[in-house]
Amino acid sequence: MKSIVNLLAKSEAFSKLIFSLVLLAMKMRIESTARKYPFFKTRLKEKTLTAQLKLKDNSAGRYFTIKDGDVTSGSGIHASPDVTVIFGDTRVALDMLVPPRDQLAMINAMKSFHLGLEGPEELTSWWMETLSLMLFAGTKYGTDVGKGVTRYTSNTNGGPVFVYVKDGKIIRITPIDFDDKDAQPWTIRARGKTFTPPRRTTISPYTLVFKSMIYSPDRILYPMKRVDFDPNGKRNCENRGTSNYVRIGWEEALDTVANEIKRVKKTYGPGAILNGSGSHHLWGVLGYWLSARLRFFNNIGFTPIAHNPDSWEGWYWGAIHHWGQSMHLGAPESYGTVEDCLKECEMVVFWSSDPEATSGVYGAFEGTIRRQWLKELGIKMVHIDPFYNHTAALLGGKWLAPRPATGNALPLAIAYVWITEGLYDKEYVAQRTYGFDQWKEYILGKEDGIPKTPEWQEAEAGIPSREVRALARLWGTRKTYLAAGGLSGFGSACRDATGNEWARSMVCLMAMQGLGKPGINMGGMQQGTPIDTNFYFPGYAEGGLSGDLAGTASAVNLYPRMPQLPTVNTVYQRVPRLRIPEAILDGHTYGYPTDPKTIEGQFLRYNYPTPGHSPVKMYYKYGGSHIGTMCETNRYANMYRSDKLEFVANQSIWFEGEAKFADIILPACTSFERWDISEFANCGGYIQHSFNQCNHRVALIQHKCIEPLGESKSDFQIFLELAKRLGFSAMFSEGSTEFDWCKRLFDATDLPKAITWEEFLKKGYYVLPAPTEELRAPVSFRAFAEDRLKDTPEIAPLPADYSEQVFKGLQTQSGKIEFVCSSLKRFDPDDPERPVMTKYIPAWEGHHTTELYQKYPLQMITPHPRYSFHTMGDGKRSWINDIKDHRILIDGYYYWIVRINARDANARGIKENDLVKVFNDRGAVICAAQITERVGPGTVHSYEGSAVYDPVGEPGKSADRAGCMNILTPGRSIIEKSHSIAANSCLVQIEPWTDSRGVK
Amino acid sequence: MKKWHLVIDVEKCENCNNCFLACKDEHVDNDWPGYAAPMPGQGQSWVNIHGKERGEFPLIDVGYLPVPCMHCDNAPCMKASNNGAVSKRPDGIVIIDPVKSRDQKNIVKACPYDAIQWNEQLGIPQKCTLCAHLLDEGWLKTRCVQACPTGALSLRQAEESEISEIIQTENLEAYRPDLKTSPRVYYKNLYRFTRCFIAGSIAVRSGGKEECADGARVTLLNPGNEAIGESVADNFGDFKFDNLEEKSGAYTVRVVYPGYGTKTIEVDLTQSVYVGTIFL
Repeated sequence: MKSIVNLLAKSEAFSKLIFSLVLLAMKMRIESTARKYPFFKTRLKEKTLTAQLKLKDNSAGRYFTIKDGDVTSGSGIHASPDVTVIFGDTRVALDMLVPPRDQLAMINAMKSFHLGLEGPEELTSWWMETLSLMLFAGTKYGTDVGKGVTRYTSNTNGGPVFVYVKDGKIIRITPIDFDDKDAQPWTIRARGKTFTPPRRTTISPYTLVFKSMIYSPDRILYPMKRVDFDPNGKRNCENRGTSNYVRIGWEEALDTVANEIKRVKKTYGPGAILNGSGSHHLWGVLGYWLSARLRFFNNIGFTPIAHNPDSWEGWYWGAIHHWGQSMHLGAPESYGTVEDCLKECEMVVFWSSDPEATSGVYGAFEGTIRRQWLKELGIKMVHIDPFYNHTAALLGGKWLAPRPATGNALPLAIAYVWITEGLYDKEYVAQRTYGFDQWKEYILGKEDGIPKTPEWQEAEAGIPSREVRALARLWGTRKTYLAAGGLSGFGSACRDATGNEWARSMVCLMAMQGLGKPGINMGGMQQGTPIDTNFYFPGYAEGGLSGDLAGTASAVNLYPRMPQLPTVNTVYQRVPRLRIPEAILDGHTYGYPTDPKTIEGQFLRYNYPTPGHSPVKMYYKYGGSHIGTMCETNRYANMYRSDKLEFVANQSIWFEGEAKFADIILPACTSFERWDISEFANCGGYIQHSFNQCNHRVALIQHKCIEPLGESKSDFQIFLELAKRLGFSAMFSEGSTEFDWCKRLFDATDLPKAITWEEFLKKGYYVLPAPTEELRAPVSFRAFAEDRLKDTPEIAPLPADYSEQVFKGLQTQSGKIEFVCSSLKRFDPDDPERPVMTKYIPAWEGHHTTELYQKYPLQMITPHPRYSFHTMGDGKRSWINDIKDHRILIDGYYYWIVRINARDANARGIKENDLVKVFNDRGAVICAAQITERVGPGTVHSYEGSAVYDPVGEPGKSADRAGCMNILTPGRSIIEKSHSIAANSCLVQIEPWTDSRGVK
Repeated sequence: MKKWHLVIDVEKCENCNNCFLACKDEHVDNDWPGYAAPMPGQGQSWVNIHGKERGEFPLIDVGYLPVPCMHCDNAPCMKASNNGAVSKRPDGIVIIDPVKSRDQKNIVKACPYDAIQWNEQLGIPQKCTLCAHLLDEGWLKTRCVQACPTGALSLRQAEESEISEIIQTENLEAYRPDLKTSPRVYYKNLYRFTRCFIAGSIAVRSGGKEECADGARVTLLNPGNEAIGESVADNFGDFKFDNLEEKSGAYTVRVVYPGYGTKTIEVDLTQSVYVGTIFL
């Protein structure tokens, strides 16, 4: 139809006629929809208004009057319409009104003021949404499975799910077992066996408990105001965290927040509004924190909270200088590694790598079966971790437990054995690396007089020297994969005071063994499945509907495919996330950027406050995760209790953590209560092609399975309501509902080539066929090892970052793996904290910090939690709390667990499940003790990520009973010239705790 | 008639708790009349996962034993119940009737596997139903089996003769057969939980350095002084004799490493033991 219309519209007279006919048809559609669908009839009763649609020159138009649920309409121009939609010409009108809507033409018309919307925001927004609902009416979705139950689909940070709903209530959430029509998976033939993944998706524990979290008694079901907060009188900021809340209506909540936004901007100028999110949000390309949130805040101007590369740290600040990989934040690419590993590899070294606990990231248990294949093939495995982790426990193999925060002591000793026994790839080192001889001198002790022998290592990391030699000889004579981190480039060891040097050494070791040659690569089967990398579906880091071309990866693929109004934040100021308390309380701080574009981006220090900008006066926070997940987090509690923050709003689903420090709480709903669209484990951007953790690529519509609970609303809807009060609702929504945005995003992907929208909407998911063997992605680093042009399917590094010829070599200045880093020589060659080549630098908090170590003789590590995902899944009366290895129920209270070796426990008179106080100068946390041999004497293990903060006395100044271990971790960065977490270098003492209340 | 069986491989269980959580998802706030009343949201479990660390830092392993209702043929809970509150279906599943079982707290105590729990609010005993309400609707898997990522749990529908063969070929066994309840839940690699090991590391001093005694030969002699195991130390000099009975007396470990002689140590075996480093 559209093509006929386009043809006829070439004539001016015809086009006006068509315009008039289309408007007439619209009237009939409104009437028939109201007759057929009661919800639409009810909708029409909400408002009384007249909406005019017309050409700009008033030469044609039609108005619609809605009153008491009835529609009357007339041709021509109304004298006093409430809402006016103005089309620059008939072309624009027909592009927009005749389906399928030409989104690019519409956006172009909006940008050139050729399409206008006039009238009070409330009414214009209502009218546009009504037209969307008219088109939505009758849309069918979900699968009827009988007995009044409908099966919907959704997606989560821990995998996609079927959601069974009966009578508007979720009764069951399951992983997805594929049906006969879904695509067949890949098969790998290796060593006489064939390996094919099961035709299903896996899900993480924190996904399985969503029903308990959705219906949690901790849900915030209506807007709330702190009882002693009066925006027009006394604000009593010092009572944040202790005062109670009172229920208020949405009008009051939204008016208060909108008025505060206006007030601080007008009073203080640009930069006064601070906003940030946790690292994660509930899943969905449109609903993630990089989407609707940015569209809103860019349009009001704000000081963003700049994230540190928080799971990558040592890779980003350290390893990146040796091999580039900036687009992966210093972590390695991983194409083709599953097949290569199965076929060629003889040993896998898991180093600070526990994918069975962390799922890579978003990868559920997809990698588990692949690691079981390694075991089936009898491939030797070694696990290096101070904690006998869950991957080691499942797979078996040799466990080596170095002292925490001893960085590269063990790697350097391995290099020493390789050098002195000739167990490295000399040709590769000569051809494909740079600066080895200089590093070799250091290893041999010719630079500092200390040969980095296995015996020297023993005093640092504590591994028996003979075992280091045994490992080095095994590794030096077998094709070995190095799984450094659960997802390559993660790992607790990169998140401590020595994290940079550890990650740097991982690269150097692999350079010595011929990285990229068959069977020699990075990874522990968590990434690198042979799935389709060409099919386009965006990850959340591509910004969804944000329109943000600077702060997301939108510009690369999504923006040209899903035309939308661009948004720009005009505020240059930013605050490093780990320094928010200093920014607020001290009034000044600084940071270094997380910039995946190039190696050098991280050198550009930024200061707060930025010249000419206002200090932060208002903090609008998404959720409540920081006290459980940042470092030295009593700082955050203290910050909230200062009147330097004049206003705090928190948009949160659950009443937990920092949400309890807000002045106004805006209740957001979960992703099961709104529309969204997404792919399994696809975050895009900084982990490009991250779906290659999965055995199958699965794209899903996230059905709105149930109505939002209570008065909660989606983030999108909350921002839209605020936008109405700030005059940009049309710019915010572009007249699209969340459902409309799903369709717009669907159209932007390659899905329409494979499945119709109607079918996708009904079934809910689409499994991408696996490519044929010939079309599988090549193995990462293979071309580099063989000195060929880069052949893996990613646009990294950027063309300008090749020194000689595009695609030739790596991103480093030499194009080779650099033992001596050119980038560090250029930036700060004399930095003792980050020398130009990796050296052993004792931790600034560890066994060499004698005085502190005497006082706090236990070294605590706090990796990412196993059952919960940071604060997701914990607290909220989620069923996860009942997992015996997550929290322990003692006297009616769920305590967080600290794991301690039997010898340390005995010495302190601590028995299994005793309550203990874990403390240092930064604070104290009450935990339940678990006595174990999974850590050695001197090491204690707990997890980060308590969702609950429950101080026994004054917030920020008393012991926490809920398990925010990060109260104890150091607040400083790994090195000064970075913005990084060093949580795993943390000295503590533990003592029995008997007083159930009142301990300070 | 074919009967349902649950097979659990202890070696493949990694304590992810997906079985426990899927069970909660199916039963909390859901009423399945005739099968089970809703399960309390907090503090209850119809599959208990017991964990066991064996050995001593730094040579250990960890095993997990998920214990749901065993759906015993000779179920003590049935005998303890009145008025037919507990019944055995022809397909092998044991069901506690959520209505008839009211106030019958003795049913909880009757289970030697601690698989039955008391619902205080409803006043009824409750346990795993093997998702009978779903199997009856044509589901091919129970919720726990569907959610298990490692293949540790599998559901088998088999005739008596078939299951005997499966038990043979897959080397399955009942947990606590001494209880004589004839369970329909079978385990593989149960030794990881019920049996123990003797492990150690062998090292030598050579040229002023310590080296792992890669390839050292180790013999295990039982309390009767019979050689019951031979092992070769791996690259790290480690050896391990597994599947021994706990509290089974004094064993002898004899180590031979050419050029470095032999050494013998005695182990009084109570539970899994890492004897540490044996220097030759």
